[in-house]
Amino acid sequence: MKVKISLSVNGKSYERMVEPRTLLVHFLREELAMTGTHVGCDTSSCGACTVLLDDKALKSCTMLACQAEGHQVTTIEGMANGDNLHPLQQAFHEEHGLQCGFCTPGMIMNAADLLSNNANPTEHEIREALEGNFCRCTGYHNIIKSIQNAAAKMSAATV
Amino acid sequence: MTFIGKSIKRVEDKRFITGQGKYTDDIVLPQMTYARFVRSPHAHAEIRSVDISNAEKMPGVVKIFTGADVAEINGVPCGWQVDFINGETMKEPKHPLLVKDKAMHAGDAVAMVIAETYGQAKDAAEMIIVDYNPLPAVTDAKAAMEEGAPQVHPDVPGNLAFDWELGNAKDEVDAAIENAHHVTTLEFINNRVVPNAIEPRSAIGHFDTSNDKYTLYTSTQNPHLVRLLLCAFVLGIPEHKVRVVGPDVGGGFGSKIFHYTEEAMVIWGSNQIKRPIKWTAERSESFLTDAHGRDHRTKAQMAFDKDGKVLALKAHTYANMGAYLSTFAPAVPTYLHGTLLQGLYTTPLIHVHVNAVFTNTNAVDAYRGAGRPEATYLLERLMDTAALEMNMDPAELRFKNFIPKFNGVEEPGYQTQVALQYDSGDYHPVLKRALEMVGYENFRAEQKAALDSGKLLGIGFSTYIEACGIAPSAVVGALGARAGLFESAQVRVQPTGKVSVYSGSHSHGQGHETTFAQIVADRFGIPLEDVDIVHGDSDAVAFGMGTYGSRSLAVGGSAIVKSIDKVIEKGTKIAAHLLEASEEDLEFAEGKWTVKGTDKSVSFGDVSLTSYVPHNYPEGLEPGLDFSSFYDPANFTYPFGAHVAIVEVEKETGKTTLKRFIAVDDVGNVINPMIVDGQIHGGLAQGIGQALCEGTIYDDSGQLVNGSYMDYVMPRADDLPQFEIDRTVTPCPHNPLGVKGAGEAGCIGSTPAVVNAVMDALSPYGIYDVQMPITSEKIWNILNDDSGETEE
Repeated sequence: MKVKISLSVNGKSYERMVEPRTLLVHFLREELAMTGTHVGCDTSSCGACTVLLDDKALKSCTMLACQAEGHQVTTIEGMANGDNLHPLQQAFHEEHGLQCGFCTPGMIMNAADLLSNNANPTEHEIREALEGNFCRCTGYHNIIKSIQNAAAKMSAATV
Repeated sequence: MTFIGKSIKRVEDKRFITGQGKYTDDIVLPQMTYARFVRSPHAHAEIRSVDISNAEKMPGVVKIFTGADVAEINGVPCGWQVDFINGETMKEPKHPLLVKDKAMHAGDAVAMVIAETYGQAKDAAEMIIVDYNPLPAVTDAKAAMEEGAPQVHPDVPGNLAFDWELGNAKDEVDAAIENAHHVTTLEFINNRVVPNAIEPRSAIGHFDTSNDKYTLYTSTQNPHLVRLLLCAFVLGIPEHKVRVVGPDVGGGFGSKIFHYTEEAMVIWGSNQIKRPIKWTAERSESFLTDAHGRDHRTKAQMAFDKDGKVLALKAHTYANMGAYLSTFAPAVPTYLHGTLLQGLYTTPLIHVHVNAVFTNTNAVDAYRGAGRPEATYLLERLMDTAALEMNMDPAELRFKNFIPKFNGVEEPGYQTQVALQYDSGDYHPVLKRALEMVGYENFRAEQKAALDSGKLLGIGFSTYIEACGIAPSAVVGALGARAGLFESAQVRVQPTGKVSVYSGSHSHGQGHETTFAQIVADRFGIPLEDVDIVHGDSDAVAFGMGTYGSRSLAVGGSAIVKSIDKVIEKGTKIAAHLLEASEEDLEFAEGKWTVKGTDKSVSFGDVSLTSYVPHNYPEGLEPGLDFSSFYDPANFTYPFGAHVAIVEVEKETGKTTLKRFIAVDDVGNVINPMIVDGQIHGGLAQGIGQALCEGTIYDDSGQLVNGSYMDYVMPRADDLPQFEIDRTVTPCPHNPLGVKGAGEAGCIGSTPAVVNAVMDALSPYGIYDVQMPITSEKIWNILNDDSGETEE
């Protein structure tokens, strides 16, 4: 049995029939072929699948696709505005905040939520906010710098 | 313009930060099916029967394979042979693609279910009934060698895969220890850790019936090696009919070097069902089947004279191999561990003895550092403990024992007691610089003041050496490697002067597409964006040995330089013809050939175009500007460094907080400092993780009880400080770039520095030995109750 869901992803409306057990992350990856959102674990521990649900960070493996009915989802694919990178994307590039790139989409989405609530976080606040996202490559050092860099960029833009 | 030594931003970033990276699990092929493996829940069990009749009737099931279906196929091979001391051949039991009669570890694959969707494959897998007869299991290497221990493989009595020794005569070493002023003895377990690349392993097998050709997409660090092993040793299919692609790979840390059974199963299976098969591990499967790291149980003794000079070192290690010998496993506790026990010290007598033992656990193989972290842990724990016991300063003790400076050019390399000859080294400056950065002069006073106010501060040191880019092939062959350890690179200058480079190295986070392009752009004097680096596809790249052991730049980069040199040599002939000058009168710089002392020149682009449009062309010279090279280094490279950790241990909770971490590394010349720093950061985090939180826990029945991210603790962002790093530069004398390798350094030096710091913090309590991982629970128990037990 399949159920019908309709939701918005990166500003575009989608209507699909899905198995009720389909997780939101699998819906994004398999139904919509948006493979920027990654799966790194089976216990909602790694954060690689983080997206924004109505502007709030969410591990998309913790939600069934049908629970996202009527909601607005933003994935890493929706962060840039055409060729203009989001300040977080630009900052991760400038500060070498990624190596293998696998955790990066989740890191950026989680950081977007952080910065929308706290425009100028301390290092400690950034570290606490990233507590649900594993990175095995960077030791987090340059991820912290990336988010600080993005915070500065975004603050400057809103002044 | 020069690109060497510049922190150029990475060219590969764009696809990753926009969600366009292409990892194996992102690839979808027409008609693709999905596989789920049924794995033994028991660590050791007879398989009485496997009933697939109900599962076969489940919706969407395409095919189910069991051990009986693949019984005639070879197992996955081991790539390194280390024979017994007495000459007997290494025990190498078959590692079957699916087990038929007996499961050797929890996670051993019993059946493969292929269905239209992954959900259907999982549903059907649940319906397979396997009748197991559980047997007693053994998980500890030392216990596995004891009389009466469970036997993992019927044909390996005593569970010993091989034993091995190296160094000076044992009785000489024993005598020196016997007669020494002071002997420090430690027994420790170098804890088993799980590499945990955040991308789970994944493989897609595709058999194309139109041309009888196979394609394997796999999350690998070395596609060509996987192809060789798959074709020549497992399936016996012709190599030219197999393409292996390692697309974007989400971290490896060693665990994706090896050829795994699942890769062979999706390839073999795709020909059986004539459809592509995708398998992607769930994290719990990764815990059970990605090769683990470390797991040494060691006793080591270091003997000193009254001034603190090291007189001798003796070590014995039980190395846990797991249930099967993984691809490089035998090399890790031997040629990558025993050979590093000289460290940075002038120790005149060294003897090391290793027992490599089978247990009912997942295989252990190379994990970031591979043997060298174990060697460094052994040496550096001994050094700090000896300093404590002899009431000497741990930094001073090291300075006293450092090998004097040698550059490997005018001064010869340093011949160790354990086979290796170091290339170049200058060890005092790294520790001196680290002490400056720490502010060591003031630290002891701060520590005392902290203690007076009830705080336990500790400082720990580690000075390490590592061996990277292991080579040359003839030497590693003599040591048991069943492969060469060279690298290949092709530099193809296109007619318009743009350059495509095909490298046998593989990037899974290291930034090859940037660093390699810097070398090429620099040597040709062309813009960086005119260079493209192609890697990870056996159809595009002629051959490759892949990326591990910090070898990419030293070996793979040098191969690129060889091809660059050939291009310039041929280009000079063409330029001489165009300029009507002799080759000797030309110089090549900044992207053009100039007749010395004149303004007559011809550009790189003009020469490349001429080579493909050879109308006005040197007689007898072949058209084209495209060269391949194989580079087989003269020696290993030997990076080194000094790491210092400062920790605070909270008495009330036993919690260790890493306050500062200082790393001064010498990785030879540096092409991209930003990328090298990033490599160091990542290595540090992994090494610190091993010290403080990581480690597998197997129960007595052989279950991996912490086999998930809920249970296995890895450093998170709020567990670590910003790192303080610096470097010195001692070029490698034997490769054209003077580089040594940076991928593993952080992981090698950091672990003992952290443990030593915790021991220093606990020294007021007379505690000097706690086993890793040093969790708050362990410390709390030790501080509160010597028995290690707590009362409710």
